[in-house]
Amino acid sequence: MLSEQEKKEIEVVAGHYPIKRAAGIEALKIVQKHRGWISDEVLSHVADALEMSPTDLDAVATFYNFIFRRPVGRHVILVCNSVSCWIMGYDTIVSYLKDRLGIGFGETTGDGRFTLLPNVCLGACDRAPVMMIDDQLYVNLDAEKIDKILGSYD
Amino acid sequence: MEKPLTQNIRPDGTPLNLAEYEKAGGYQGLRKALTQLSPGEVTQLVLESNLRGRGGAGFPTGRKWSFVPMGDDVPQPKYLVINADEMEPATFKDRLLMEGDPHQLIEGIIIAAYAVQAGIAYIFLRRAYVTARQRLKQAIEEACAKGYLGRNILGSGFNLELYLHMSAGRYICGEETALLNALEGKRAIPRSKPPFPPVVGLWGKPTAFNNVETICNVPHIIRHGPVWFKDLSRVPDGGTKIYGASGKVRRPGAWELPMGVTIREILEEHAGGMQDGLTLRALLPGGASTDMLTAENLDIPMDFNSMQEAGSRLGTGTIVVIDDRTCIVGLLANLMQFFAQESCGWCTPCREGLAWLTKILNAMEQGRGKPEDIDHLRLHTRLITLGRTFCALAPGAMEPLQSALMYFEDDFKRHIHEKSCPWRDL
Amino acid sequence: MVTIYIEGKAYKIKQGQNLLQACLGLGFDLPYFCWHPALGSVGACRQCAVKRFKDENDTRGEIVMACMTPADDGTRISINDPEAVQFRASVIEWLMINHPHDCPVCDEGGECHLQDMTVMTGHNYRHSRFPKRTHRNQDLGPFINHEMNRCIQCYRCVRFYRDYAGGSDLNALASHDHVYFGRFQSGPLESEFSGNLVEICPTGVFTDKSLKSHFTRKWDLQTAPSVCVHCGLGCNTIPGERYDELRRIRNRYHHQVNGYFLCDRGRYGYEFVNSTQRIRHPLRQAGSREEAKLMMETEALELAAAMLADPGKVIGIGSPRAFLESNFALRALVGPERFHAGLSDSDFKCLGTGCNILQRGPVPAATLQGVALADAAFVLGEDVTQTAPLMALNLRQMRYGKSVRIVSDFQVPEWHDAGVREIGQLQSPALFNATPYPTRLDDEAMRTVYAAPHDLVRLGFAVLAALDASVFPMPDVNDAMQALANEIAQALLKAERPLLVAGTGCGNPALIEAAANMAWYLGRKGSAAAFALCVPECNSLGLRLMGGLDLNSAFQAIDEGRADTVVILENDLYRRADAQAVDAMLQKARNIIVIDHQQTATSEKAHLVLPAATFAEATGTLINNEGRAQRGYAVMPPKGAVRAGWRWLQMLMKAAGHAGASSWLRLENLTADLVKDMPVFQPVAGLDPKPAMPTPGGKLPRQSHRYTGRTAMHADIDVSEPKPPADEDAPLAFSMEGYDGRPPAGLISRVWAPGWNSEQSLNKFQSEIGGPLRGGDPGRRLIEPPASDDIRYFAMPEQEILPGADEYLLVPIHHIFGSEELSMASPGVARQAPQPYLALRPEDAPVGDGEQVRLLVSGKSLVLPLKLLPGMPERTAGLPDGLPGVPKMVLPAVVKILGKGSIEK
Repeated sequence: MLSEQEKKEIEVVAGHYPIKRAAGIEALKIVQKHRGWISDEVLSHVADALEMSPTDLDAVATFYNFIFRRPVGRHVILVCNSVSCWIMGYDTIVSYLKDRLGIGFGETTGDGRFTLLPNVCLGACDRAPVMMIDDQLYVNLDAEKIDKILGSYD
Repeated sequence: MEKPLTQNIRPDGTPLNLAEYEKAGGYQGLRKALTQLSPGEVTQLVLESNLRGRGGAGFPTGRKWSFVPMGDDVPQPKYLVINADEMEPATFKDRLLMEGDPHQLIEGIIIAAYAVQAGIAYIFLRRAYVTARQRLKQAIEEACAKGYLGRNILGSGFNLELYLHMSAGRYICGEETALLNALEGKRAIPRSKPPFPPVVGLWGKPTAFNNVETICNVPHIIRHGPVWFKDLSRVPDGGTKIYGASGKVRRPGAWELPMGVTIREILEEHAGGMQDGLTLRALLPGGASTDMLTAENLDIPMDFNSMQEAGSRLGTGTIVVIDDRTCIVGLLANLMQFFAQESCGWCTPCREGLAWLTKILNAMEQGRGKPEDIDHLRLHTRLITLGRTFCALAPGAMEPLQSALMYFEDDFKRHIHEKSCPWRDL
Repeated sequence: MVTIYIEGKAYKIKQGQNLLQACLGLGFDLPYFCWHPALGSVGACRQCAVKRFKDENDTRGEIVMACMTPADDGTRISINDPEAVQFRASVIEWLMINHPHDCPVCDEGGECHLQDMTVMTGHNYRHSRFPKRTHRNQDLGPFINHEMNRCIQCYRCVRFYRDYAGGSDLNALASHDHVYFGRFQSGPLESEFSGNLVEICPTGVFTDKSLKSHFTRKWDLQTAPSVCVHCGLGCNTIPGERYDELRRIRNRYHHQVNGYFLCDRGRYGYEFVNSTQRIRHPLRQAGSREEAKLMMETEALELAAAMLADPGKVIGIGSPRAFLESNFALRALVGPERFHAGLSDSDFKCLGTGCNILQRGPVPAATLQGVALADAAFVLGEDVTQTAPLMALNLRQMRYGKSVRIVSDFQVPEWHDAGVREIGQLQSPALFNATPYPTRLDDEAMRTVYAAPHDLVRLGFAVLAALDASVFPMPDVNDAMQALANEIAQALLKAERPLLVAGTGCGNPALIEAAANMAWYLGRKGSAAAFALCVPECNSLGLRLMGGLDLNSAFQAIDEGRADTVVILENDLYRRADAQAVDAMLQKARNIIVIDHQQTATSEKAHLVLPAATFAEATGTLINNEGRAQRGYAVMPPKGAVRAGWRWLQMLMKAAGHAGASSWLRLENLTADLVKDMPVFQPVAGLDPKPAMPTPGGKLPRQSHRYTGRTAMHADIDVSEPKPPADEDAPLAFSMEGYDGRPPAGLISRVWAPGWNSEQSLNKFQSEIGGPLRGGDPGRRLIEPPASDDIRYFAMPEQEILPGADEYLLVPIHHIFGSEELSMASPGVARQAPQPYLALRPEDAPVGDGEQVRLLVSGKSLVLPLKLLPGMPERTAGLPDGLPGVPKMVLPAVVKILGKGSIEK
């Protein structure tokens, strides 16, 4: 079941539109904020709250990059893989991240700490290469910096 | 040199609050529009200013507004949607404006909404812009509290609700009709036109559409007039433009400059030229979906018409610099991967064609290319053109490819013949 | 009319089409996927590209999508332009990148639109050398098989399922080249129309699971034009047979009836034909089936002759699920004065009222096509989705019509499906759904109201009063009801084509009368009002038009000894009347002859059982709910002793010495006598197309020209091929001669045209795309009501029965899967049917949801699980109609709740 807090937040965003289902993505993000990812069960509850079918909500959920329909680690690392970062050394930092974490894209570390995902342009091309962990942006990355950043997450 | 858009933006990027913004002359344009001008007069001023859309297509903003039906008998509510889904790779100009001066955008939105008499406005913000979201949210709350948003704004009788909608990451949402579907809570598939959004938009109601940078110009046009605005520019398109540069230049960044500065000025004066030991081989002038230009094109003014004449597009005005140690084929593979992944999956050429091209380019880059692959690439640039696909995404993806094939065919051939990437170990 | 130029040649075409419609309508072959004549254009697949030129001097032209481009006057296009040809081939190549090479084992084989279009574009070599993407499939329930790897993402499935049929549990998932069409989890598809996916899908993603369970190649199916027997709408079907087994049902296009679609009961209910419960031989019984003795036909006829020796003592009970001819033959055997209709008491009354209304006029019966075109509709008392599913599907199309009217202001053409739906998305059509319990159509309605049947009657009269208080004064209704009545009246008055829908579902004729009152009033006011009557069975209206006495009088005749012999035609009386009354009659009758194809509780008690043919083995006529006579033809010859019902009756008459039957050697002789005797059936005489076929013997072969041929399956008996059976009753032959031409509309038993192996070849059979079949749609309406100003409105009746303390008014709840007798023999249908239950609104529930409750209904005690049904009106209780395990409800009736139940030992 959805928590009272989740229901309240969903109710607020749903009020921004003439029909509740328009808030689908925002509602999923609210729930994802609290739970990390969207299970089938949670998806069904959100769909109920928005007066739509779970299949219709899933059709939207699976359309986007940022709705996680499978479990993720406590922190999600999104590495920008678009053109400016690619020019500025994306390959190097990705290999470093993969080695350092011992996982590939789409995987979660054994301790459940990090999930590594590629991501399209994060809009900080003047400070490439960049990555985002949860809601925090990290720029001008190199190996040393990455070590420090990763070390700051539990 | 006047820099109306970024004049208030502080070096550390912290935003102005409402009081600071007002002190800097903020909301005077709004006051003037709502208390002295009719909606039609606002549109007329913007029309006269020659403001063209900064999202990439360059459509005159005033004309766009004039397509929204006016009068008492038109369907209500009308909507204004602000496209802040800045997802064109290598583009980061709207972020600067939203993070640094959120009230400027809000003021522009209220004026634009007044011009088209929209009762509800949405800012469609991309998922990755978390900071922009916090700052806009704060600014909207301040504006509501001060009565700039809500009912009977400045006693004019005009009402506006403004909502921030944060997306969940999809490039196609930047296409305005796909954005409409996204806002309606549907899969963000583009819509066919006609019907056009100004007439049949959000939930079937008239809907005006503008990019963040475009709207940020509006308060200044109202405040200082169209002549002043036109004079900011070196070319007939009015105003300044936020240009940017990324890649291996000395000082990547974004700068507000008069519309029509040359590529050379941007790259040499503002971006500081190439990093040591590198030379410029090519550039994408306005984001990932614009035709490549080369060092020979550096003196072309960066405005809508000049860029078109040079065989490319102004796009978002943010330049990707490609140096001589960067592999063009690898870069193309990266771009194509992006476009293929961001295809919404609605029409066949885009969904299947881009995926195929990605596989070809990746194979080439990994030394598994075949001689006939170049023919397939070239054939696709002829097959996938505007009108043959449902929207402009896939034709946009063909722009860098076709120009790369034109300027750098040898690079492709070398990958195939040498069975590996010649730039790999450079 | 406008003129367009194709390859420089001028063509006159109807205005308002797109270029794809225009090209197909003119007979050109232009490939397409996402477009469908019933779904319109969305421009997704980009397959139908043509070159358009600005004027005659333009040589460059531009590629446009034919489906998205209006065929305006003066438009110049080329289909054969090399650039267009190349682009179309490229689109196929893209689509085929991931399509598996599994055609030889694919269920779609033989009627694959993708295969046809691939051949049409000339694409035959795959240049892509990369691995194909693959998907996991889902279990979508008993009707539909899912194979996503074959998908070419044309989006037709979800457009039909969601936009057209209102389903919400199938959608496009994911994006780019990972788009997946399915549910968020495996599970049976919820839509009553899911089976249409089989025909909507241009390739083998969604295929017919029932066919898969006894698969045969499509070209090895023997087919004939047929009419669905699972409800009263008379949808046209094409059943397919192989090796004496019915393998599947497909849609047979009829412009005015079912269009392109069928419901799942109609598509999947056919397996009773193959059922082990079939009666295959004449049986002599005494008391129970265990003691049944097989008989030869001659023995059976001798026994029957003895039973029928005293004609004055023989009564006949006809059937709403038997052909018109069979009922007529029974009537002839026993005489009109001893012919009973075999309908439940409430159906007898309701259908009598319905026939009376249709015949009196002045408002015509709505066609299904007309239902979709209504601009306001008031459904009074009928759960249309469950009792007349295709009517519900057509009511769902009102939304599109409403959007088209709005969107025409914006110059968006009607065929532009996406544009039309965008503008109409938050608009509800003027559909008012007033039912005794929540229904599946409620989501589509502008207003929904749930009320007990007598309160619905009051609402009907309140609307009449709101239309014109001088016709009828406002009855005593509360303010909310009066406001609703006013709203409905306003919407109906504003409409150009208002529609009133009522039926037999509640067993209350006053609902039908109230609906007729409104239709009459509106028709007289000058609108093109129509009246749609929902009837329960495939020949309910035909039987009722035949007259006859009610069932109670049959019981009385036996009880009083006026008759001692009863001939029961294709009817299980336990589904018609109270079991005690049926028991009493069957106990007392000296001779009981049952002619049927299924073993039933009634056939069990017969003394002589004669094996009747099903619709699949016999030719005959059915009258649908609008009074349209339609002929269904035998798909396969009856096996062994099985005979058409009417043929058994003819033989009985002969055995009993009736002179009249001697000439009934063929169906046409019988129909000749039928129309002579009962002029209302006059059009039935002309149902077979004339002239017959330009083929040897003047008959159309039932097997396709692609038929593989007879096999060695009978070689253990005789190596020489048996002579194909003759068919004297139909203009069709059991022949593998094949015929690849275009037969007359009424004889289309498969759609095929060169290069078009799928049902999409229909465009070659229609006079215009989506229009009538060439030569006119088959079937004839019996009743076109006379224009008349003399309207005698029905008066509002008193409520017939009032529930006492602890009592609830009984409301039958209909189920598309479960309420109809024959379809329950299909395993898939039975799987989708509910278990018996008692429905109450939560406020009235004595126990929790799913707990047992003891109740008393019609003097019988029952224990059933309780189903909480929010929305049920106060003091009503629902029981599933016709479901095995639920006794026949003799309406009106009350239920007494005795408390928490336990299963009696």
